[in-house]
Amino acid sequence: MVTIARRLGIYLVTAIVAISVDFMIPRIIPGNPVDAVLAKMQGVPITKATIRSLELQFGVGTKASLWAQYLHFWNNLLHGNLGISTSNGFEPVTTVIRSALPWTLGLVGLATVISFVAGTAIGVLVGWRHSRWLDNLLPAATFFQAAPYFFLAFLALDLFSTKLGWFPSGGGHQDLDFPAMNWTYFADVIDHAILPALTIVVASAAGWIVGMRNMMVTTMDEDFVLIAAAKGLPRWRVVWYAARNAVLPSVSGFSLAVGFIVSGALLTEIVFSYPGLGLLLVNGVGDNDYALLQGIFLIITFAVLGANLIADFVYVFLDPRTRQEA
Amino acid sequence: MAFGIGTVTAGDLAAPEPTGPPAISRRARAIRLPRSGKIRLGLGLLAFFLLLAIAGPFFAPDNPSATFANAPVPLPPSAAHLLGTTQLQQDVLSQLLVSGRSTLLVAILAGAIATALSVLIGVTAGYIGGLADDLLSMLANIFLVMPALPLLIILTGLLGRSLSGNDFVISLIIAVTGWAWGARVLRAQTLSLRNRDYVDSARLIGERSWRIIVSEILPNLIPIVASSFLFTVLYAVGTYTALAFLGLFNPSSWSWGSMLFNAQLANAETSGYWWWFVPPGLAVALLGTSLALLNFGIDEFINPRLRAAGLTRSRRGARRQPAARQQRLMRGRRPFALTPVVRGEGSQP
Repeated sequence: MVTIARRLGIYLVTAIVAISVDFMIPRIIPGNPVDAVLAKMQGVPITKATIRSLELQFGVGTKASLWAQYLHFWNNLLHGNLGISTSNGFEPVTTVIRSALPWTLGLVGLATVISFVAGTAIGVLVGWRHSRWLDNLLPAATFFQAAPYFFLAFLALDLFSTKLGWFPSGGGHQDLDFPAMNWTYFADVIDHAILPALTIVVASAAGWIVGMRNMMVTTMDEDFVLIAAAKGLPRWRVVWYAARNAVLPSVSGFSLAVGFIVSGALLTEIVFSYPGLGLLLVNGVGDNDYALLQGIFLIITFAVLGANLIADFVYVFLDPRTRQEA
Repeated sequence: MAFGIGTVTAGDLAAPEPTGPPAISRRARAIRLPRSGKIRLGLGLLAFFLLLAIAGPFFAPDNPSATFANAPVPLPPSAAHLLGTTQLQQDVLSQLLVSGRSTLLVAILAGAIATALSVLIGVTAGYIGGLADDLLSMLANIFLVMPALPLLIILTGLLGRSLSGNDFVISLIIAVTGWAWGARVLRAQTLSLRNRDYVDSARLIGERSWRIIVSEILPNLIPIVASSFLFTVLYAVGTYTALAFLGLFNPSSWSWGSMLFNAQLANAETSGYWWWFVPPGLAVALLGTSLALLNFGIDEFINPRLRAAGLTRSRRGARRQPAARQQRLMRGRRPFALTPVVRGEGSQP
């Protein structure tokens, strides 16, 4: 539990830093965000109060001190007020993000879990059968690990959608069917998610395979594995004990990996025009939609922190030593 | 960090040299690295890309921005344009050759800056310890956990194209987000070196701290520094390509990422114009593969257990073992886990 508490502390500090960075984004950018927003709002009645609140939000032309602006930012944040998105019909940022978040969470979450489980399993196999032909897969795995996600997305689209016509070429669901809790809609969503998910799985699984293989090779030489084998335990149980120990670095390396996976997934979404946060982010950059960008950065950071926390709990569950301390 | 670059370039320029195999094997025996096929492949690929970055623009058959034919769609590869043309009827091969330079320049620069940062922060934290260590480790952890790419997209996107022509600024920004991993690994290793006997004795003699760090600790960190340099270069290649792919940089500066950006603008991936996006994507992927393979080689160098099987197989001694026994061991009728150890020792299981 001490481990979890320490990690929680790190995440708390990271969250505070991320929020502060988020606060600084419109303030360190050259140019005038307020003018950019006002330029977008042509045709919308603008009051003095609107301008003043925009100035306070972005820290341009306001008389309030930086500290007062910072407190104002926190106050807004704690009330769930992230501002107005100028590129999405002046809806609140929270509403815009709420409509995109499920797509990203569903796609990236599922793909990450699949890739971790499958990659680790393959890594166990490759590491256990050390020096077998599976080892020759490693350069290929390295290639997929090194290839940019969006290039793999290009290839997947070209091959499976354009040439073979097996899957739709983009989007989250067909334009004509409406979100409803029926099988047609559900199947359509799955149909649209397969290619992006496949891209993310193929691109990220290689990292787990290589990491797990290396740890497996090292662990299989440990004395406890020798004893387990000498006692005549069935082979699968020996491998299970070794794998349970070998998987620990993969789990603790999750914090490094999840940032990369989320980043790659955002780019994948863009190639597939998938209606998630990645597409929203890039469109927001194109439209200079400051409030939306701030909101997206916060949400992505919190999601990554959440994923890390889950990985920490899994680690404590897998490794009894962390529970005995304290 | 200079060591990282030094070993890499020295080795890879030597490997594909036509002076013949004796030179390679003598070299291989000297530093014991290029014995593994993975490392040779990595070095060869990296040498190729370095050459491409230096000489590519001179070999480009055409001006990458010049337009040729007057066709409405990209033309597939032909004798006139070996890799076909783009939507604007520009020569893909020329673009490919010209684009390598900026990618490698930014990647190596960012790798160098980030490695310098991580050595500075990691070794300081590990050697000094105490409160400084806690604070620096916390800083590294924050940078590790915070998702870098979204922040980079927002910053470069909003900074506009004013900075994007400047490769140094881009490298700096990428480096600032990429040092934390190396710092963490270096800190851990410094911690374990700090209390070794030879460091203690240096301290007892009265060596100054910076001298102990530079001449006693740093030399033992070189494999890790090299590994973290390669890792950061790999990260920088990916990040630079991703940002260019999003069209966040000056469109007149060619890179593989901007080629992919143009290809996506013209829907090349859904129109079957594979000759447009496969070459730059493949280039990035192979460059990344070469770096990752080298990193893999360094891992095997640091941790000999990883290479046990590969070495014994390639060593002549292994072949001298009776074929039947070899096969029995390979089949795994004996406890599979023990094969590397057993084969290495040559003793009866």
